[in-house]
Amino acid sequence: MHRNKKFKFLEHTADVYIASYGKNIEEAFENAASAMFEVMTNTKKINPSFEESITVEAKDELALLYNWLEALLVNFEIKNMLYSKFKIFPFKKNPDSLIIEAKAWGELFDPKKHTQKVGVKAVTYHRMEIIKKRNEVILEFILDI
Amino acid sequence: MGSHKFSHEKIPLEKIENCIWRIPKYKPGMRVPGLVFANEKLIKKMQTDRTLWQSANVTHLPGIYKHSVTLPDGHEGYGFPIGGVAATDYDEGVISPGGVGYDINCGVRLLSTTLSEKDLKPKLKQLANIIFRNVPSGLGSRRKDFRISASELDSVTKEGVKWLIKKGFGWSEDAEHCEESGCMRNANPQKVSPIAKKRGLTQLGTLGSGNHFLEIQKVDRIYDENKAETYGINFEGQVTVMIHCGSRGYGHQVCSDYLRIMENATHKYHINIPDRELACAPGKSNEAKDYYQAMACAVNYAFSNRQAIMHWVRQSFKQTFNQDPETFGLRLVYDVAHNIAKVETHKVNGGRKKVWVHRKGATRAFPAGHEDIPVDYRSKGQPVLIPGSMGTSSWILSGAEKAMDLSFGSTAHGAGRMMSRSAAKRKWWGEDIRINLEKRDIVVKAASPIVLAEEADDAYKNVDVVVDVSDNLGIATKVARLTPMAVIKG
Repeated sequence: MHRNKKFKFLEHTADVYIASYGKNIEEAFENAASAMFEVMTNTKKINPSFEESITVEAKDELALLYNWLEALLVNFEIKNMLYSKFKIFPFKKNPDSLIIEAKAWGELFDPKKHTQKVGVKAVTYHRMEIIKKRNEVILEFILDI
Repeated sequence: MGSHKFSHEKIPLEKIENCIWRIPKYKPGMRVPGLVFANEKLIKKMQTDRTLWQSANVTHLPGIYKHSVTLPDGHEGYGFPIGGVAATDYDEGVISPGGVGYDINCGVRLLSTTLSEKDLKPKLKQLANIIFRNVPSGLGSRRKDFRISASELDSVTKEGVKWLIKKGFGWSEDAEHCEESGCMRNANPQKVSPIAKKRGLTQLGTLGSGNHFLEIQKVDRIYDENKAETYGINFEGQVTVMIHCGSRGYGHQVCSDYLRIMENATHKYHINIPDRELACAPGKSNEAKDYYQAMACAVNYAFSNRQAIMHWVRQSFKQTFNQDPETFGLRLVYDVAHNIAKVETHKVNGGRKKVWVHRKGATRAFPAGHEDIPVDYRSKGQPVLIPGSMGTSSWILSGAEKAMDLSFGSTAHGAGRMMSRSAAKRKWWGEDIRINLEKRDIVVKAASPIVLAEEADDAYKNVDVVVDVSDNLGIATKVARLTPMAVIKG
């Protein structure tokens, strides 16, 4: 199934409810990250000039999504980094864990340049789903804001 | 962990009396019934999402007493509904970080002044501008002249507001007018992860974004003169300042870190719960003890966050009027937590039991005479502060006896959303909201117009209705209503 959208915002009263799409799970994870930064700012204005490597490990796919988004959120809060481009290499599978090795591109947050939208407090497991179809993976998750 | 799938079946609900509903033990695993406090309109709203399903899920927690509580502002949260309370046995029960939430000790503090609306009017815009400059708000904002070291952060989270007061950020009497006197003494920074500390380091003294705000308000109506006077609310038109924010990235990370630890603990102790976000551990376990010590650090961080912001509000008055802040009163009325877990003693089955009380989007509402109330308020009951949504009223209530019977000494904490953020954004533009508020003579300073649209007051339940239910039930009764003169948002 071909979609022209990387992600969309779903209806939810309290917080931000996102669906992200990909040809495979890695791409859906990349688009989930784009969606999270779109909540915080206008990602079109982020210049992908710095490259960073990010590694995340978790015991299942849901936890991996949680940890991946949290790692990026932590980088924003600690290093002041905003990202607009992501590359996730095929997940590594250990006997009892999954590993993401990824690259993210972005730049330092500059309130004069970057639109201030809403700060994300946390990633949550609430309503989190990974839906695997034949040619597409859909992720649904909620961010606490 | 079992399936955490939501089922669309209607949750059974029995009306017990006016504004009290019971969710019976309708499915296996429920240890007690759920109790919901709402009028017909509020309960209908709760039935449109997962609020009541979550109320039922909470009753699965081992050691839970009497019933889970859902307050009139209840809406869908994570694990617990927001506006939820549960008490579990101190010895046999569990602690769940989901019963506190990500924004640990998100809460409210209120300042009273001796100024009247008329006194302030000519200077209102100037004051709002100065506060907006002095108090960092919005995404990634911080004060360049306020930095603390890693060891100072540990001191803040151990000592709470007293540390800041010692450094000149406040007056010595401020601490007594905070819940817990502004410091949970079991705080242990060694139980907080380095990442949480890093997130916290740059965010102390910042408002954040979303539903957090700072308002210059006026007393719109006094309902109980006697109690109001005790709290320092003396006349209609009196100016007050309300600060609503929490523990920022520090608390969010503590919650997240311990959710992982508790998930393992849930397996380890063979606890059956219907939702991953209800992960928990026996109160006696090391996992639970560690969480409680880390949570206390985040609680103290949040008290201190509001303390620093209050200090800058006082300074802003000084800069605006060129007089010492004491000239205008600017006394701390009270500071209450809305997201917290505590050890308390409650009436259970005719006896008194030591319990873990989880308040998730709920305000402690202890009645007159309770020893945890500041001495000067004790004969009247604990002040309860309920912020409305942007542009609407906020409330001062007073904790009442019925809260000890019905809700483990708790009442509502706010308005509760009615409309999704995306729906609110489709319906309104940030600028329209600003113009609308300004038409009503309310000054608006916001870092982001998008947040303005998302937080439009029509997107929320009417806080007055929520407060009416609390007042009717007698869990916390009306003292005064406050309305905004200026809104400062992230």
